[in-house]
Amino acid sequence: MSVISEQAAPAEPVPAKPESPFRRFVAAYFESRIATLALAVLAVIVFIALFAPLISPQDPYDLGEVTIMDSRLEPGEAMFSGTTAVLGTDGAGRDMLSAIFYGLRISLGVGVTSGVIALIIGMSIGLAAAYFGGRTDAVIMRIVDLQLSFPAILVALILVAILGKGIDKIIIALVVVQWAYYARTVRASALVERSKEYMEAANCLALPHARIVFRHLLPNCLPPMIVVGTLETARAIALEATLSFLGVGLPQTEPSLGLLISNGFEYMMSGKYWISFFPGVALLVTIVSINLVGDQLRDVLNPRLER
Amino acid sequence: MSVFILRRLMQSVVVVVVMSLIVFFGVNVVGDPVDLLISPEADQAEIEATIARLGLDRPVHEQYGYFVKNALQGDLGKSFIFGEPALKLIAQRMPATLELAFVSLIMSAFVGIPLGVFAGLRPEATTSKVIMAGSILGFSLPTFWVGLMFIMVFAVMLGWLPSTGRGDTVDLFGIPVSFLTLDGLSHLFLPALNLALFKMSLVIRLARAGTREAIHQDYIKFARAKGLSSRRVVLVHLMKNIMIPVVTVLGLEFGNLIAFSVVTETVFAWPGMGKLLIDSIQLLDRPVVVAYLMMIVLIFIIINLVVDILYSVLDPRVRLKDIKA
Repeated sequence: MSVISEQAAPAEPVPAKPESPFRRFVAAYFESRIATLALAVLAVIVFIALFAPLISPQDPYDLGEVTIMDSRLEPGEAMFSGTTAVLGTDGAGRDMLSAIFYGLRISLGVGVTSGVIALIIGMSIGLAAAYFGGRTDAVIMRIVDLQLSFPAILVALILVAILGKGIDKIIIALVVVQWAYYARTVRASALVERSKEYMEAANCLALPHARIVFRHLLPNCLPPMIVVGTLETARAIALEATLSFLGVGLPQTEPSLGLLISNGFEYMMSGKYWISFFPGVALLVTIVSINLVGDQLRDVLNPRLER
Repeated sequence: MSVFILRRLMQSVVVVVVMSLIVFFGVNVVGDPVDLLISPEADQAEIEATIARLGLDRPVHEQYGYFVKNALQGDLGKSFIFGEPALKLIAQRMPATLELAFVSLIMSAFVGIPLGVFAGLRPEATTSKVIMAGSILGFSLPTFWVGLMFIMVFAVMLGWLPSTGRGDTVDLFGIPVSFLTLDGLSHLFLPALNLALFKMSLVIRLARAGTREAIHQDYIKFARAKGLSSRRVVLVHLMKNIMIPVVTVLGLEFGNLIAFSVVTETVFAWPGMGKLLIDSIQLLDRPVVVAYLMMIVLIFIIINLVVDILYSVLDPRVRLKDIKA
């Protein structure tokens, strides 16, 4: 454990003697300056999302703090209460900076929750397909191929049209959209691992199926899953924002970044850009930094890839 | 060959049946069909008439039979809002969507291929790095937000281009199109560019990868050794060979363009099928939603079928592998 906590500090990127694979992995990750920066930005974003109520200038959904007199202030103007609205205010007089902090919380929360659920479901199904092979494999992969032949937004729209609005329904839709990617990835790497000697050895010892799959097969399939998981979470956040923008995603009571952008759309025509612009920038920075981290993870975890 | 096509056709039929089951169960079992399919403003007699017509008083398997029978006759219900058959409404909006998707496809090919080839020929040049960075942005930026920024910059701030609607249309074979009038073109430009950005990035990457692979091949070396001008080498010899994957992917992605036009159409108030879908979801106009979903699924299945067949014509290995499996 002490090795890990020492390495967590990005200040010393190259250890004198790379011993453990984890150390080598960390060192390789921080070789790229852009990826290091992206990870730092992502850390800040996660921090903001976790502690939004503590660091926001106001609680944008507390009617006692929000007053209509502050509505549509330009960035930098002083609000009625005296604090400066750094990013302006929206139509109801909410401080945009605070609204964005709270929005990040919801956007990241929905994205990560659906990502984790999809990862667990997809991984179990993909592992089962690879481990048992034969008919199970054929049927599962047919379903995966079929689903992946439709674009994600279409599948999500079908589900939303059937299920209706609500945060739980959006998470269900995102999980259904994503699981197939995880299943396909884990199956591909599990098929490679299955033919290796340690798996043969485990089989010869007549270990139970569950033990072989979870203790031996699964850990060796994890690296590509981490990469797919990162990139898929970014896609889930973008998809949720898109659905919310279209007005078929989260309800107004759960104002994610997509909803903030959507709410500011009507003011854009009159030149009040900040109500849509800044939530969009926050969304963009989040998605791009997650993607950059994911790309670097892929490069580091995949020894065959030459950059 | 015919065995392969037959197999694929049968698979497609299975998919259509599965999708109709999903939509049917989604609407009739998960949701309450009386709420979903009958207008809230209908009186008691009307409700009973519709229940009888849709067979909602029958057992579930018989209901599915009614649903299929009506669907095969092109009857997917009437819109609550417009009082017209849902399929007719969608058919009216389809040309606008197809026009938008086609123009985007052409844009992404004509901008993406030259940029990608350039980046592949001079991978170290600053311009190439800018192009590649741009393509990464094109992948990560959410389409709807880029659309908003286009409106903000080009319509609100600069006032160069209109931001909503289709503009003047001209009838071409009885179908209204925008791209033949100047006003229509100016309305078409921003939405088409917005929709094209993602595909453009994809084409840039494909063209660059193809170029980088091809310039080391013998036929390019030979063409150069023959003393052909580098212009001819690139435009004829190189182009011919990198076009195969690019065209394949563009064909495959056409369905994606139609699906993603839902977003662009909503941002730019483009009167296509996608906007109709979103409006219908929000106005709870379920028959139109169901009809749209069945329609788009059918379009996708047809596109996938055509692409699969074309693939097997171009590359016989695909169909041999499939028959063996």
